Amino acid sequence: MDWDIVIGIETHVQLRTNTKQFSGAPTKYGSEPNSQACLVSMAYPGVLPVLNKESVNSAIRFGLAIDAEIASRSIFARKNYFYPDLPKGYQISQFELPIVGRGKLSIDIGDDSKDVRILRAHLEEDAGKSTHGIIDGKSGIDLNRAGTPLLEIVTEPDMSSAEEAVTYAKKLHNLVQWIGICDGNMQEGSFRCDVNVSVKKKGSSVLGTRREIKNLNSFRFIKQAVDYEVNWQIERLEDGGKIEQATILFDPESGETKSMRSKEEANDYRYFPDPDLLPLIVSDKDIVVIKKLMPELPEEMKARFEKDLGLSAYDSEGITSSRDVTQYFLKLVDLGANAKLAANWVLGNLFSQLNDKDIDILDSPVLPEQLSTLINRIEDGTISNNAAKKIFEILWKNTGKEVDLIIDQLGLKQISDSNEIDGIVDEVLKNNLTMVEEFKSGKEKAFNALVGQVMKASKGKANPAQVASILKEKISK
Amino acid sequence: MLNLSLKEISQALEKKKFTSVELTQFFLNRVKKHNPSLNAFITVDEGKSLAMAEKSDQLIQSGKKSILTGIPIAQKDIFCADGWKTTCGSKMLENFISPYDSTVIHKFNNAGAVNLGKTNMDEFAMGSSNETSYFGPVKNPWNLNCVPGGSSGGSAAAVAARLAPAATGTDTGGSIRQPASLCGFTGLKPTYGLVSRYGMIAFASSLDQAGPMAISAEDCALMLDVMTGHDEKDSTSLNRKKENYSNSLNKKIDGLRIGIPKEFFEDGLDSDAQKLIEEALKQYEKFGAKIVDISLPNNHLAIPAYYVIAPAEASSNLSRYDGVRYGYRTKEYDDLMDMYFKTRQEGFGDEVKRRILIGTYVLSAGYFDAYYLKAQKIRRLISNDFKVAYEKCDVIMGPSAPSVAFKSGEKQEDPLAMYLQDIFTISTNLAGLPAMSIPAGFVNELPVGLQLIGNHFGESKILNAAHIFQKNTNWHLHTPKGID
Amino acid sequence: MSIRKEEIRKIAHLARINVSQTELDEVEKKLVGILDLIEKMQEVNTDSIEPMSHALDINQPLREDKVTEKDIRDKSLSLAPHSEQSLFIVPQVIE
Repeated sequence: MDWDIVIGIETHVQLRTNTKQFSGAPTKYGSEPNSQACLVSMAYPGVLPVLNKESVNSAIRFGLAIDAEIASRSIFARKNYFYPDLPKGYQISQFELPIVGRGKLSIDIGDDSKDVRILRAHLEEDAGKSTHGIIDGKSGIDLNRAGTPLLEIVTEPDMSSAEEAVTYAKKLHNLVQWIGICDGNMQEGSFRCDVNVSVKKKGSSVLGTRREIKNLNSFRFIKQAVDYEVNWQIERLEDGGKIEQATILFDPESGETKSMRSKEEANDYRYFPDPDLLPLIVSDKDIVVIKKLMPELPEEMKARFEKDLGLSAYDSEGITSSRDVTQYFLKLVDLGANAKLAANWVLGNLFSQLNDKDIDILDSPVLPEQLSTLINRIEDGTISNNAAKKIFEILWKNTGKEVDLIIDQLGLKQISDSNEIDGIVDEVLKNNLTMVEEFKSGKEKAFNALVGQVMKASKGKANPAQVASILKEKISK
Repeated sequence: MLNLSLKEISQALEKKKFTSVELTQFFLNRVKKHNPSLNAFITVDEGKSLAMAEKSDQLIQSGKKSILTGIPIAQKDIFCADGWKTTCGSKMLENFISPYDSTVIHKFNNAGAVNLGKTNMDEFAMGSSNETSYFGPVKNPWNLNCVPGGSSGGSAAAVAARLAPAATGTDTGGSIRQPASLCGFTGLKPTYGLVSRYGMIAFASSLDQAGPMAISAEDCALMLDVMTGHDEKDSTSLNRKKENYSNSLNKKIDGLRIGIPKEFFEDGLDSDAQKLIEEALKQYEKFGAKIVDISLPNNHLAIPAYYVIAPAEASSNLSRYDGVRYGYRTKEYDDLMDMYFKTRQEGFGDEVKRRILIGTYVLSAGYFDAYYLKAQKIRRLISNDFKVAYEKCDVIMGPSAPSVAFKSGEKQEDPLAMYLQDIFTISTNLAGLPAMSIPAGFVNELPVGLQLIGNHFGESKILNAAHIFQKNTNWHLHTPKGID
Repeated sequence: MSIRKEEIRKIAHLARINVSQTELDEVEKKLVGILDLIEKMQEVNTDSIEPMSHALDINQPLREDKVTEKDIRDKSLSLAPHSEQSLFIVPQVIE
């Protein structure tokens, strides 16, 4: 039995504002419990919500970035349910008329690209946090986070594999940081995904029942959870069982998804327009002003790199995968480094070290100033690629050391003087007549061996390209 | 002394005829004497009140006073006041000491007024007789066997019995006007959005409005001058140029077109009360006003629509009372659900629980369109009726309540009988219009009120019309027996 | 307009209010009366009417993204029925 996987994702993005969605309380992460719970956050009798301008701007920026309709009129609604970390007993969200309508985000899977349709994005507020273990059998509620602005982004069920789901999540994660609306810190809960998973018989137009995996805050978890859930659903169906709609949690320890404690009846949220808030009006003029201040988007930059700098699609995608990486790369190019070489070095050597040491590019001990010099020295033939790799490792361990200094200290300068190489080649040809004979009689490999001999004679310092060309010229005579 | 207007009291303070401390003590003594029989106040704190009076005396001494400086005002216990117990008439908030001042209280404090104490009210403002308060019913000073009206019954009794020169109330479906009618004083509900709701414990957010309750229209105007104004803490607060309501009280009302809705004079209005209303209208004609017949054809749908919208909003507004962060929490509970269920069952009274259930029902899946959405549509019909009416008239008049004060306990068995008390007042809340009630006579020694309804921002017009009436009559100066 | 006892139990559950067996009859009686009252709304056709959420036609004002609220932790914890280590304590929340 072949199965199709159907995945839709709802992402809760915490907006990077100074204050909460509906009050002037601060939103800094990690503060003392309940030190950022103001009167409104506490839901005291009589308090009222007033909307944060910056949240609205953030939502509009996002709408522009995914080419979506921005509602000229949107309404806030109350989502009613009881939970200790929800002080008002309702969450202020948007229901029928969200601020951002249909848009799309395209993702690359291998050589293909696919559009993930975004159904809507709306503004709402975050809940507080509950901690367990302070007292036996009790939970402790911290309302610092209650009221933090959220943008909830909902896709259509357009993804058909765990890989696509992760690719979408990564792309969205990059985008919201790129346009400056979110700090992207997944450990701190700034970016959380609820992933809806269902399966259906291959080719069938009838969707299966979906289960929702809540609060996944790492790409690794998304992949693991989806893989496990898909298997679980398929096994169950193949055994003749049924899938019940459920909200489930992923347990990273066991790698399994588990249904949340079953509720006695599905929650009826009784949405209705919040009478404490008025319709949010966004004018065309508002949108124009915000559009002017938008940075170039990753898609546009990617296309530009391919066209103007001659980078491959793969490399462009890699460079524009994060704003910080792009900034680093652009700095290299600004300082005169060859774009293609720069891309190779960033995506290759730099990334490899960063990943290995689990360091962010912003904390890279090798700065663009040094790397651009290094790349220039390769390009102008001063050093060989191998020498450059050695130098890079030294730079990594010794922040701030100058490239040229290292070249001098270690005598890594290539021999690029044709006369000098000429002389060495002549010597080698004189001393390796057998190899020359072998080459002349058709053995191609002998050529490489001769190159090797020249490199050995020059203690590795001869410019390999020049060696090859001079040798070729002499030997062909 | 007891019929001194706010202006007269203010002048007396300025002339140093008495100090604010003396004045406040005078009223505190009256409260001490009469509250046991009236139960108008839930919280009285002599120390706090007198301390405020002292500060006000200093302001008066240094010539820094404004008109309300030094004057004690009774505050409905729905307004959060920093450091004061604020109960909203409920066990749920029986010991809740508010950590902040509502904007209304803040404005009165800034004006140098003195907080005389927190008055009794129907629990969470749900009621028309002040019989649902956890702190016991309030009695009508005109007849202790009768109700004062509600939900602002405590403030009503306080003003009627002259325990305070003025008080604040709130009006969601008539809770200022109906008690004003039943207790023979002047009360006004402003245009929705003119007075900030920040710190005013929410019942039905799109209908609630705070307003003054005092002896006269003139006094209400002075209070309104202090209470109104844009508040950026309340998104529904109107941002328009501040009006001075005391300025146009004496304008001549020749040619004022008074609309009389025929629907207000069909069933439901006591015939004796009706006679008094008609006499009042004849007076207005003597003042030069013109009576115009108008119709509010959808008025009979106001109560049904209100009893969908108000409970719906209330059911959500009252979800925060869960025993987690403040207020009442049940003593024994096994788990979280147990804590929620018991806390809310024990903390809320029957009427409140009933309205929460209705509200939850009309918002629940499958019923939203038929009830909530439908009610919002009827709301627009009712609002349109007024729009059409105001093309033909300047002010609408009629009764405030269907009859005089009824006996305590009379309508407690049947919630519907109680709901019909609001038959003349509810439509104005749905439309967000300003309205007031002024004394217009007595039936069986119980007061009858005349209602004046204005178009949006028509406070000045109705205050003007009310003031002219009060300049030429003295119903508003009558006081009940036994309140010396 | 009737309301089944089962429905009353359901909405009481949604509203987190205990309605005991004995109270159920009283509650049902009173609710039915109110529902009959509400039913009157169906008398009028409102198909072409726009619902009205607010009395006046105004838009949502926006607040500058500046911190205006200070730490009120001491006060808020003092008002709580049960607090410990700066947290509000409730029976264990089970996921």
